[in-house]
Amino acid sequence: MATLGVLDSANLNGGQRLAVKYFTVALVLLGAQVLFGLFAGLQYLKPDLFYETLDFNVNRMVHINALVVWLLYGFLGSVYWLLEEESEHEVAGLKLGNLIFWVLTSAVTVVVLVYLLVQVGPGKESTIWLINEGREYIEAPRWADIGIVVSVLVVFYNVAATFSKGRYTGIGGVLVLDMLALFGIYLAGMFYTTNISVDQYWWWWVIHLWVEATWEVMVACIMAYGLMRVLGVRRKIVETWLYIEVALMFGSGILGLGHHYFWIGTPEYWFSIGGFFSALEPVPLVAMVVHAVFDAGARHAKNSNHPAMAWLIAHAFGNFFGAGVWGFMHTLPQINLYTHGTQWSASHGHLAFFGAYATIIIAMFYVALQYWRGKTWMAGELPGNGWKWKWSLGLLNIGMLGMTVSMLVSGYVQSQIERAIEGSSWIGYFAAQAHPWFVQGMWWRELFGVMFAAGFVLLVWDLLTIGRGETRAMQPAVSEE
Amino acid sequence: MATSQWWASESFWRKTAIWVTGGSFVVLILLTMDTLPQISTGSKRVPAYSVINHRIEYKFDEQRKVQVPTIGAEEPLFGKVLNEEEAEALVKLGKLTTQAKNCMNCHTLLGNGAYYAPDLTKAWLDQYWGTRDSREEQMVEFIKDPSTRLHNGIGRRMPRLGVTDEEARGVVAFLKWMSSIDTNGFPYNFKSIEQEN
Repeated sequence: MATLGVLDSANLNGGQRLAVKYFTVALVLLGAQVLFGLFAGLQYLKPDLFYETLDFNVNRMVHINALVVWLLYGFLGSVYWLLEEESEHEVAGLKLGNLIFWVLTSAVTVVVLVYLLVQVGPGKESTIWLINEGREYIEAPRWADIGIVVSVLVVFYNVAATFSKGRYTGIGGVLVLDMLALFGIYLAGMFYTTNISVDQYWWWWVIHLWVEATWEVMVACIMAYGLMRVLGVRRKIVETWLYIEVALMFGSGILGLGHHYFWIGTPEYWFSIGGFFSALEPVPLVAMVVHAVFDAGARHAKNSNHPAMAWLIAHAFGNFFGAGVWGFMHTLPQINLYTHGTQWSASHGHLAFFGAYATIIIAMFYVALQYWRGKTWMAGELPGNGWKWKWSLGLLNIGMLGMTVSMLVSGYVQSQIERAIEGSSWIGYFAAQAHPWFVQGMWWRELFGVMFAAGFVLLVWDLLTIGRGETRAMQPAVSEE
Repeated sequence: MATSQWWASESFWRKTAIWVTGGSFVVLILLTMDTLPQISTGSKRVPAYSVINHRIEYKFDEQRKVQVPTIGAEEPLFGKVLNEEEAEALVKLGKLTTQAKNCMNCHTLLGNGAYYAPDLTKAWLDQYWGTRDSREEQMVEFIKDPSTRLHNGIGRRMPRLGVTDEEARGVVAFLKWMSSIDTNGFPYNFKSIEQEN
């Protein structure tokens, strides 16, 4: 039935057919993120570029919103991907799930068009409902918020009902609870208040508890599945690790929220709580590295999908360095006083989102393609020695590391000149922005951004061609069982 | 792995995960219940909107060893004393305008946002506005049409965002009110505009 080397949806189960739709949109949005990131980065160097046509705030908004949405699409796709295999049951309510995919995708399209074409509105609540909420990361207007909540509830229903009807695995249980938390937390960002301290208090519930708690658990589930699928690790081992990671992630991440409550008007006791718990946040990420690298080493890295395995390892290290080390560097209030809201944050944000999330979703793209092409060969000895996936892996990772370090250099300059010496005044801000060291960092960032973009183009090319016309069947992962 | 140690067992870690998650969340809820009253409008840390009727300063506190906002003599915004409702309406218009114009994707507010333009936490107190007397009108005019004004030496300019006169006054009120929030000393070492008579 399976046709080797040909993209054929007959090779996929129902959930997987829906998953590849989510993955496709995710990849397109990643492209949008890269493009608008390049624009925004260039505006630091050429401030008149697109002035009053496509200003920095618009480019930056599309850049970070495309990020949030493509990662979310990647997660939803990954969940649908593993759902039937994990539960050993057909997806319950798949038709509704398909409908919701189209509803959500249409909504995203409209939101982006409004961002680009309307951009801003009058200072009324109607603007927040129809155009732009103006709160970083969750700019989506209120009508779209409601759409998102309805959509994710449907996905939640698909997942919970499928596991209930089929087999409830450890991964399944964690996934269902995590998705419930993910959707519940989003509600905390859906109201207007004039009090900006209260506004930012709840806004961080959404941003932090998504990115530094529920998303981390989501990728831990995907990692557990990925290691079983690609490396053939025993379920008992990955699930025990999963519970350890959940305990450590939620144990540090939930109260680690406090590191966003240093300077927004909240009481001083958040210094100790936020400082202590967020300093622990790297611990689970170390555990993940140990877990992934040990499992790979124990099998002499013998696996069924080389690109996916490489991206899983990139995820383990990227998560640890980007989220863990780069976050830890400026998480204590005594240093954060000077780094808060500078290019430090941008540096950390880039490596963390890429290392923790982009990498593992790219791994899932490769897993999906392998099956979509009829469980084709994706281990060693690919045509051209697999140069496309190797080069795109290299360009994307080096490009991202380069951007991160460049922004960190600029961030040092900013935190010292603007923050420590000049005290965050207008004059101080521009004294730092004009400093040759800062400007140099911005040039290097753009250069590495172009390298990253080249890696993206190559990634798309590889995803479109890998396994095409392949005659060898997949070498299954050697299971320990 | 032939271990049957309790610390390596799946069920031990499952239970730990559940208890740690539940426990942390309960603590977070309790802390939230303690924090929210302390940052409600009209509290010590987050003053009532009518604070815009007064002079606001950012002074070094000898005990906390950081700068904290202090509320001084009556110094009404745009020369008009507002009652609590009027003040709230004006600040609300300003806050809504900052959201509707997407300020946060260039600027930071309380240090959060984007890094393409200066932080607005203490914008009301910034020396850029020249003198105390010209500040209010300077700010209104700047927000309405920043495109032709001198910003800096590197050519970065704020665009015209279609802000009306009324909205601009609201934004200034919002910025004045925001400068009165006790941010635990952020930003550090800030140099304020001269406000003495």
